[in-house]
Amino acid sequence: MAESKPKPKIKKEAVPIPKQKPEERRRNFNEVALGYTEEQALEEANRCLQCPKPQCISGCPVEIEIPAFIKLLREGKYEEAIAKIKEKNSLPAICGRVCPQEEQCQMKCVVGKVGEPVSIGRLERFLADWERKRGFKIPEIAKPTGKRVAVIGAGPAGLTVAADLAKLGHKVVIFEALHLPGGVLVYGIPEFRLPKSIVQAEVDYIQRLGVELKLGFLVGRTYTIPELLKERGFEAVFIGTGAGLPAFMNVPGEDLGGIYSANEFLIRVNLMKSYAFPCYDTPIRIGKHVVVIGGGNVAMDSARSALRLGAEEVCIVYRRSREELPARKEEIENAEEEGIICKFLAAPLRFIGDEKGWVKQMECICMELGPPDDSGRRRPVPVKGSEFVMDVDTVIVAIGRTPNPIIQRTTEGLQVTKWGTIVADENGKTSLEGVYAGGDIVTGEATVISAMGAGKKAARAIHEYLMKK
Amino acid sequence: MYKILKNEEVAPKIKLFEVYAPEVAEKAKPGQFIIVIVDEKGERVPLTIADYDAKKGTISFVFNEVGKSTKQLGLLKEGDSVWNITGPLGNPSEIKLFGLVLCVAGGVMIAPMRLQVKALRDAGNSVVTVIGARIKDLLFYEDEMKALSDEFYVATDDGSKGFKGLDFLKDVLAKEKFDRCVVMGPVVMMKNVSEITKPFGIPTVVTLTPIMVDGMGMCGVCRVTVGGKMMFGCVDGPEFDGHKVDFDGLIKRQRMFLPEERLSSLLWELHGGCHCGGK
Repeated sequence: MAESKPKPKIKKEAVPIPKQKPEERRRNFNEVALGYTEEQALEEANRCLQCPKPQCISGCPVEIEIPAFIKLLREGKYEEAIAKIKEKNSLPAICGRVCPQEEQCQMKCVVGKVGEPVSIGRLERFLADWERKRGFKIPEIAKPTGKRVAVIGAGPAGLTVAADLAKLGHKVVIFEALHLPGGVLVYGIPEFRLPKSIVQAEVDYIQRLGVELKLGFLVGRTYTIPELLKERGFEAVFIGTGAGLPAFMNVPGEDLGGIYSANEFLIRVNLMKSYAFPCYDTPIRIGKHVVVIGGGNVAMDSARSALRLGAEEVCIVYRRSREELPARKEEIENAEEEGIICKFLAAPLRFIGDEKGWVKQMECICMELGPPDDSGRRRPVPVKGSEFVMDVDTVIVAIGRTPNPIIQRTTEGLQVTKWGTIVADENGKTSLEGVYAGGDIVTGEATVISAMGAGKKAARAIHEYLMKK
Repeated sequence: MYKILKNEEVAPKIKLFEVYAPEVAEKAKPGQFIIVIVDEKGERVPLTIADYDAKKGTISFVFNEVGKSTKQLGLLKEGDSVWNITGPLGNPSEIKLFGLVLCVAGGVMIAPMRLQVKALRDAGNSVVTVIGARIKDLLFYEDEMKALSDEFYVATDDGSKGFKGLDFLKDVLAKEKFDRCVVMGPVVMMKNVSEITKPFGIPTVVTLTPIMVDGMGMCGVCRVTVGGKMMFGCVDGPEFDGHKVDFDGLIKRQRMFLPEERLSSLLWELHGGCHCGGK
């Protein structure tokens, strides 16, 4: 591959990523963003200034050496470029798709000060996809240490810890409670944003590193953490159990039929493949008028899935305004392009059901923004007398999740915060010896990449702990 | 994969499976449940554990062949395997010395009740057991339950055997002072028994079997109102105070997917399932 020469002047606009057209994609589950071609990737890579003091690296939770991999990419050295990324990030095909780069590396990009920042995420994705098509090369694995580590949860944090420790020569067993590995990557994020085959390829790679995967095994119920340590021959445990129980609004009528938590809705559709009912056994019912409550990425994912399942109209109801939407900008744009309606500054008061106990209407109240609350965002305040009623037949509640309580309830001595998250230091060390934790179970709901960052740090700390032992 | 060691029809369309699942068997306790997935396309079916043997590494469960998944499961033979079993799930029953305990079981839940009665007896309780079914042909474990109990009654909806309905319980309760009542069975039955015990002030525990998907605290479909508060069947239960459960709400939620369940079951009956390949 010949090196394409850097252009004398940097273009202000990033190379757009090809996408499925909105009118087509709104009725299928295929991936929306199609990825750069080689030419597009090279053109975009050439927009990088190769800053002597790069800012982008400090914006990356796992500190990928971004200018270095981009340099290798534009020299056509794809294999070396992906290896450079993988020094820090074991799951680039996933991060290239679902990381909020616009708030991380790309926010710090110097090019972004004069135009659009370099599309670092799209370049990462290009390299990861190139590598997957060619077939993964297994890196060198250190001599077996004879130490055994139990990883609880096969989500982003757990998979990262497992990969890193396996490469260091430790025997790793992942205990996954669901019947498929991937955690939120398979039950939460829909196919059109992250194809399941990509997650499966990453899991296969981790298994080829020597990691053992036990599915359908709920730690805390089958074996507890003390049992894994004392009776099952594990010298360290990593807890990466993620965000668990869905939060509800506690308004009247919330137990009516047709009202799903986002977790239930997405688990049915993604993990259980309800979109293929009755070929797959798990049913889902989508009405004509779907309302999604909430404004995060999970709300966007739910709304866009509902549309693809055949809803006539999907409306997102959010109690603050557009400026406060916590979802990624790109996903909001994608959703609106597909025809999803956003109703801002409104919140449900109650749900009204039909005689069979199925939701038929939702009463809302309008909100206005008051002074900022603890989160720094302006607090929504109800406007007196502004109640209104909407006809709905499906409601998806996407207002957040609280930590799953099973591990905390069955692990004596494990320190827990008042919110139910596990207390851990910056390296993931908990109050119990040999027990580490990271990801949403420690931070509360956050991103895939921050869970992976926590996994990286915990893997280092666990390695040190094991080697000193 | 989990190998089926025994497939026994204990009553018409009621099957008892014994399955090799050593890790589940080692940890199971009365009152807990498992999730069974029959094959790669299967749904996650929650079933109460009916028995376990840690030494043999086996667990048993009993199910009614009513829907697509259970009909498909029932066709598996000894030596076949089910794709996935996860468990034990849910909180174990509270087993201790209460004194005199009334145990009322209906339908397939007679099977897990046997485990419950055994455990309560082992803890030193006196146990009065009632088993019930719609008609006499659907009763099972009659002799065993009788042998395990201090006092034993049978009831059927149509009166084809034993008492007709459960109203006779009022007389049983009036005779002696009970310290606890344990109820397992269809929701309507649990509701009725809870209403009967309430005026007598007997603490009544019901085992709820709401619709579940993951069964371990992720999806929230098993939410049920107990004492005005939202609880989750899988992680807060499956046992709850029968005097506080909103049974009517639960009944409605259990019927949520009835049309889909019927369609799926019909397709199975007619064509052995859907053959579209998941398109």
